[in-house]
Amino acid sequence: MNYFGPGHGACPGCGLTIATRNVLEALEGKCFVANSTGCLEIVSSQYERSAWGVPYIHSLFENAGAVAAGIDLALKALKRKGEGKVVVFAGDGATADIGIGTLSGMFDRNHDVIYICLDNEAYQNTGNQQSGLTPLGSNTTTTPVGELFPGKMGRKKDMVSIAVAHGIPYVATASVAFHADLRRKVKKAAEIEGAKYIQIHSPCVTGWGIDGKQTILSAKLAYETALYPIVEYENGELTRVRKIKERKPVEEYLKIQRRFRHLFKHPKGKEIISMLQKIADENAAKFNLDV
Amino acid sequence: MEKVVRGFYSIAHSVKLCKPNVIAAYPITPQTEIVENLAEMYANGELGDCEYVTAESEFGAASILVGASAAGARTFTATCSQGLILMSEVLINAAGMRLPIVLVNTNRALSAPLSIWNDHQDSMVLRDGGLMQIHVETNQEAHDMVPVAFKVAEDHKVMLPFMINMDGYKLTHAYEPIDLLEQEMVDTFLPPYNPPVYMTTKDPLTFGSYAPPQYYAEFRVALQNAMERARKVLEKAYKEWAEITGRDWGGHIVAEGVEDADLVAISMGSLTGMVRDVISELRNQGKKVGLLKIRTFRPFPAKEVRGALKDAEKILVFERAVSFGHGGPVGMEVKSACFGLTPEFYSFAVGLGGRDVPREEIVRIISDVYYGKVDQGFHFGTVKPFEEVIV
Amino acid sequence: MVMKITLGGISKPHSSKTMKTGDWGTEYPVVDEEKCTACKTCEYLCPDACIVVVEKEDEKKVAVPDYEYCKGCGVCFSVCPVDAIKMELKDIYKLEVC
Repeated sequence: MNYFGPGHGACPGCGLTIATRNVLEALEGKCFVANSTGCLEIVSSQYERSAWGVPYIHSLFENAGAVAAGIDLALKALKRKGEGKVVVFAGDGATADIGIGTLSGMFDRNHDVIYICLDNEAYQNTGNQQSGLTPLGSNTTTTPVGELFPGKMGRKKDMVSIAVAHGIPYVATASVAFHADLRRKVKKAAEIEGAKYIQIHSPCVTGWGIDGKQTILSAKLAYETALYPIVEYENGELTRVRKIKERKPVEEYLKIQRRFRHLFKHPKGKEIISMLQKIADENAAKFNLDV
Repeated sequence: MEKVVRGFYSIAHSVKLCKPNVIAAYPITPQTEIVENLAEMYANGELGDCEYVTAESEFGAASILVGASAAGARTFTATCSQGLILMSEVLINAAGMRLPIVLVNTNRALSAPLSIWNDHQDSMVLRDGGLMQIHVETNQEAHDMVPVAFKVAEDHKVMLPFMINMDGYKLTHAYEPIDLLEQEMVDTFLPPYNPPVYMTTKDPLTFGSYAPPQYYAEFRVALQNAMERARKVLEKAYKEWAEITGRDWGGHIVAEGVEDADLVAISMGSLTGMVRDVISELRNQGKKVGLLKIRTFRPFPAKEVRGALKDAEKILVFERAVSFGHGGPVGMEVKSACFGLTPEFYSFAVGLGGRDVPREEIVRIISDVYYGKVDQGFHFGTVKPFEEVIV
Repeated sequence: MVMKITLGGISKPHSSKTMKTGDWGTEYPVVDEEKCTACKTCEYLCPDACIVVVEKEDEKKVAVPDYEYCKGCGVCFSVCPVDAIKMELKDIYKLEVC
């Protein structure tokens, strides 16, 4: 099980590296990785200190989708298609914001690429700035808590719907809390021809303000409160969801993270918490998550 | 086989014979027809083991080629102006990653104001990026230089992106009788792409590492070293190809009549033809004038340029671009190559935004300089008088 | 010794092994070999790939941490289904405040 690490520079308890290891494990290392600039790239691809045991390329911040498309085309042209799967590892900022153009083009042309979005819900490598996938109420350095604002006032971009709208054959969300499910989804994606999108919820100990011992717990609570639905779409149809036996109120998830703790004290905090609860309820209704 | 074709077709034909593996296209006037011709060839199965895609932007197109080149494919694209600037982030990244991407840049002016017509402002912005750059004067030269570009870019001593600059519309859309290359001729000169290293599961390597301060400088020195090695490699390729085709376009520069010239005019690109015509007429009138055509722009042939200009009393550069806040970029490069020599130095920016440069203008500029009627330094060519207003 | 500059910044695979991150953490995991069922949950979830289920001489499979790289994050401790892992404070951090 040694396609990634050890010796990389990630924070102790980093969710991204857990997700990456499991993706590579599911593919048995038979893959070509295109990685965008970000935490994963910085901790693992320093010159002469590479943690990668698979063929890997890092180009720029916003073009991992296009670089992967290029590898896919080259393998086709050079008749080397069976050599391995083309995989993208990109953060939430690289996926939903700066790289959405190249992502859209790659999906639209349906390249045979597995696009893994490692969702730690902000631009964490530069110190926790808000991205399109930062949830409502988060305390980030560009949406800080102040007298006027209780953190981010916008919503979390629905990348899953955007991916489904491109008509690609497989779209799923996953979480490091359910590693066997994550590997199953990657294995399934590897068997499908065309563009695949898997968004993996990866807690960030430094940015979210949790301890390594709470990494897996916070991912689990995100699922249990229905704030992060674990779903699967095949050919545009919702085929599978991970149901929740006993849905927890969102406060259970929010209170253990420093980035949300202000909501329990700020004058506008209660309003934000009830908005988050509404989002959770809507998710549960939309995907029929409650058992 | 000689045929009267337009410039863009001669490029597409030459690219086809070089057997690229991945072509990423994006339309922008006036190079669109190059990628259109390639698309037709692809649709008819004439491109062999090649994958052709229309990307979502020039940035996407260049990024696709980065991935493809790293995976071991021979790659090509065409762009200009706004598209070139948009893909500049990727091209500079590719230069640092030492990927031999070949592209044709159909020189076009930069916005704003928007202009689809020809000048050299777009390629000048990428002077410092680490790409190799040449300028061609005619469509036949452009056609002949495509195999040279692939051969030199892919040479293991070089491994750099290579940009062929050809004037948009003036060359791309002009009809010219072209002696179209044959497949066997290109095959003897250009072998299949043999990358020294590429992405494969058989030898998993990490491409594009980041370099902390204790390593970064050495990487940039290595890039400069590659550019320096490229001088000989390119010169050798020019010679070898001239022997195979029977057409000798010269080396990094072509110096005509500079040995005894008092005034040497310098030009790059398609304007050179008109300048040559004026120079030869003035020669016939007994004036001591010469022409220096610069073909290779990066790496800049400083030694050769200095050698050609060492006896000149007046140097006149015909610019097709401006470095705002200073002067003409080609003039700056030539001046720095001639540091220590003491000629008078003049540069004129002509034909900006595709404005026609009539023979009379070239005659007037050369005469004004020859008879000392203008000051040294940077000037604009024919510009109408105007008043700056708000609305 | 002359340093090596690779073509375009290529690095060898697993060259990060020279970064011994084992001195990062204040705690380290201790596996109770009696309780351990070798379920591999810790092996799958370790961010640093430094706890591996191995077969010992008596044919019992147990999880063994690699202290050369272990950062003491506590993920393995938090996910073990049978609570076979304890986090111990490293000796150098056992300070007495006078």
